[in-house]
Amino acid sequence: MADNILEMRGITKEFPGVKALDDVNFVVKRGSIHALVGENGAGKSTLMNVLSGWYPYGTYEGDIVYEGEVCKFTNIKDSENKGIVIIHQELALVPYMSIGENMFLGNEQGKKYAIDWDKTHAEATKYLKIVGLTESSKTLIKDIGVGKQQMVEIAKALAKNARLMILDEPTSSLNEADSQALLDLLLEFKKQGMTSIIISHKINEVSYVADDITVLRDGRTIETLTKGVDDFSEDRIIRGMVGRELEDRFPKRYGVEIGDVSLEVKNWNVYHPIYTDKKVIDDVSFHVRKGEVVGFSGLMGAGRTELAMSIFGRSYGTEISGTCEIHGKEVKLHSPRQAIDAGLAYVTEDRKGNGLILSNPISVNTTLANLKGVCRRGVIDHDKELSVAEEYRKKLNTKTPSVLQNVGNLSGGNQQKVLLAKWMYADPDILILDEPTRGIDVGAKYEIYCIINDLVAEGKSVIMISSELPEVLGMSDRIYVLNEGRIVGEFDAAEASQEKIMACILSTEPAKEEKEKEQ
Amino acid sequence: MTTKTKILTFVQKYTMIIALVLVTAFFAWRTGGKLLLPQNLTNIIAQNAYVFVLATGMLLCILTGGNIDLSVGSVVCFVGTVGAVMMRGDLNMWLAVLVMLGVGLLIGAWQAFWISYVKVPPFITTLSGMMVFRGLSNVVLQGKTVSVTNEKFVRLFGGGANCYVPDFFHGEGINILCVVVGIIACALYLFFTLRSRSIRKRNGLEVDSLAKTLIKAIVIVGVVMFFAMRLAQYKGIPMALLWVAVVVLIYTYITSKTTVGRYLYAIGGNETATKLSGIDTRKIYFFAYANMGLLAGLAGILTIARMTSAQPTYGQNYEMDAIGSCFIGGASAYGGVGTVPGVIIGALLMGVINIGMSIMGVDANYQKVVKGLVLLAAVIFDVLSKKKGN
Repeated sequence: MADNILEMRGITKEFPGVKALDDVNFVVKRGSIHALVGENGAGKSTLMNVLSGWYPYGTYEGDIVYEGEVCKFTNIKDSENKGIVIIHQELALVPYMSIGENMFLGNEQGKKYAIDWDKTHAEATKYLKIVGLTESSKTLIKDIGVGKQQMVEIAKALAKNARLMILDEPTSSLNEADSQALLDLLLEFKKQGMTSIIISHKINEVSYVADDITVLRDGRTIETLTKGVDDFSEDRIIRGMVGRELEDRFPKRYGVEIGDVSLEVKNWNVYHPIYTDKKVIDDVSFHVRKGEVVGFSGLMGAGRTELAMSIFGRSYGTEISGTCEIHGKEVKLHSPRQAIDAGLAYVTEDRKGNGLILSNPISVNTTLANLKGVCRRGVIDHDKELSVAEEYRKKLNTKTPSVLQNVGNLSGGNQQKVLLAKWMYADPDILILDEPTRGIDVGAKYEIYCIINDLVAEGKSVIMISSELPEVLGMSDRIYVLNEGRIVGEFDAAEASQEKIMACILSTEPAKEEKEKEQ
Repeated sequence: MTTKTKILTFVQKYTMIIALVLVTAFFAWRTGGKLLLPQNLTNIIAQNAYVFVLATGMLLCILTGGNIDLSVGSVVCFVGTVGAVMMRGDLNMWLAVLVMLGVGLLIGAWQAFWISYVKVPPFITTLSGMMVFRGLSNVVLQGKTVSVTNEKFVRLFGGGANCYVPDFFHGEGINILCVVVGIIACALYLFFTLRSRSIRKRNGLEVDSLAKTLIKAIVIVGVVMFFAMRLAQYKGIPMALLWVAVVVLIYTYITSKTTVGRYLYAIGGNETATKLSGIDTRKIYFFAYANMGLLAGLAGILTIARMTSAQPTYGQNYEMDAIGSCFIGGASAYGGVGTVPGVIIGALLMGVINIGMSIMGVDANYQKVVKGLVLLAAVIFDVLSKKKGN
């Protein structure tokens, strides 16, 4: 009989009107990495919130057996005392506090009325070393990258004496290299006897790191796959998640004619808005044709978002130089309004922060970038607005009881559809989609890809910025590779491969290191 | 939907209306019905006219992201001062009114410029305005009182003994005009509700059931007619009510039907998203604060007309009354949420409590305590009922 650190038996959790979890059984072996996968809304986070005591004992049915005893957690502190630590998808760090202060926030060293700062930083340094960070514990959180922040979160969990670590989408905002480092760290911890539960949408990572995979669907446990026993291939896992075979993860485009150049950017330079001597985009030139999907690949921080936003009405950066031609005519775009009027749309990577008004209904969000469309002389026609929103809801298959529903209540995939609807309603010729499928499930991704195909079929041009290489390869007609603010490669879809793109990025890395040495 | 959740959603949606009804009922009971006497109902409107006007303007500022305007009390005083001093000579009354509104708008624009284009935090800009215009009022008045003697002006803006819309029908013991206006208002309300309902139905959009629409209509018509009859039993429609009604109608329309209104909510909801949607957010901020100045100008006019004088101390704490009304009326301290009718209900709630306690003879200091606690209670109630819904 296997040694199980955790058993969750018959967990049922109901919200008003919804059964979020329905008789879920979940068993984690000691010293293993257990992945929890499922589409958005399958109940993964709810299950982990039950485990951590966020939903206190009594608000759910079923038993949690941890280390052989039935646990009745009433709050998060209870579960943390037992060594169960959860790291949430949205990082819970205070930007203007140091690493050390963050690490022991709520767990201060020394006495309540006299914090022992020496001990704090000494302890912090110890844990930083374990996760492989060389930063001083006095560095402010805002000064380190997202990848390192994620590592600090893990160090923070270690500092709480975690024996069972739960990571909710730990790599969703990390680039390939940082993700890899994090996964390897988990494997390292496993060797030392740590048990981890990882929730992830990235199936390739899951099959790389996990010993067992439990698939949740619609609040039920569908199956648990074990490494070495079951088929661990990506297709197999996806089948469990969506409950059907996805023959092709990327829908084919048929008969889309690639036409004239619609957008041409030449010698584009952008400087950092605050550190004005730092060049963020360095002499970038590229073009997009009518009916074409152009992928922009590169590591996090390569300058892809900055490039897109600087073109979109100078929404980013200072001292922007270079020329931008739309349909062969040079345009000067000084505000988002001018960019929209010129036929550009920028669909942000950060839909919650920069894209949607979560506290407003779908209808309001849909018309925001083109309110004129439902207006007469500055007066909004509410009925027309509703029918527009309804039209796009049907067109994009957004799942919602009504277009009067607040966007904040929707799942990630449906929010993304509302964001796309907003920009489609602005009727642009050229759409820049920044990470259009970030943090959304496989089924919704497929639907977004279909929408992209429909867009180019209508003769629009699509620029797709994405950190997921399979997606860039699967969807693009042509691919640009960006690194350190420069275009370091251009591939036709036919000749591109994951290896070639990575090699392209890596081959330019040493050059940068040499440059730093010279300085 | 179970009955319980139905009741819960109802309570959530109409929290403040229910509170207003309960508080009114309480004071009506404690004062032995005196609260609902025609004269007292008239007073609730006349005494609080400035709150209604200022709260409406304040709502637009709060919508942009919980930003408030602290200067309105001082601006009210300064505008009033300017007006009173001008009318001391025999200046044409309409010119004076125009100048006062202009001064209000100019002050608003001055502050709005710093807030929207230079990005000085609104709190600080308007704190500065609060001091500057209080000081300037004092300078102009030299610490003295200037009385307003222009009869026409005073009557038109709701001051003096005879500040009511004249009854063209010359009713005996009852103001027929007031009743007629009440009936017309109800008829217009019914006409527009039913018309928009049928249009929406024709376009295949969701509509409330006929029963629900009718019940709502009956309640509203009932309240309006009760109010109209009461006012008619006293001296008719106070001039102040006329101005408040104009402001409320215009701004309800602006916030719910126009693009500017929509953008105010959008900025409060998510400023970056709004900017990236091609909206010049600076213009929207400018509008909100310049407009606040204009409405402070109007409030200044109403204040000196009611007091028939200008004094350096006028308008003190007016900003707090306006801000309080907004939050009681359901505006969010983070922006993006709130409506003009909601704010008016908030202001009414404060007004009813004020006058109710005055009739009961509660000490003025205790009145303040009660008002402060009501503000807190209202917001707590609102927060809790929303939390339960989730």
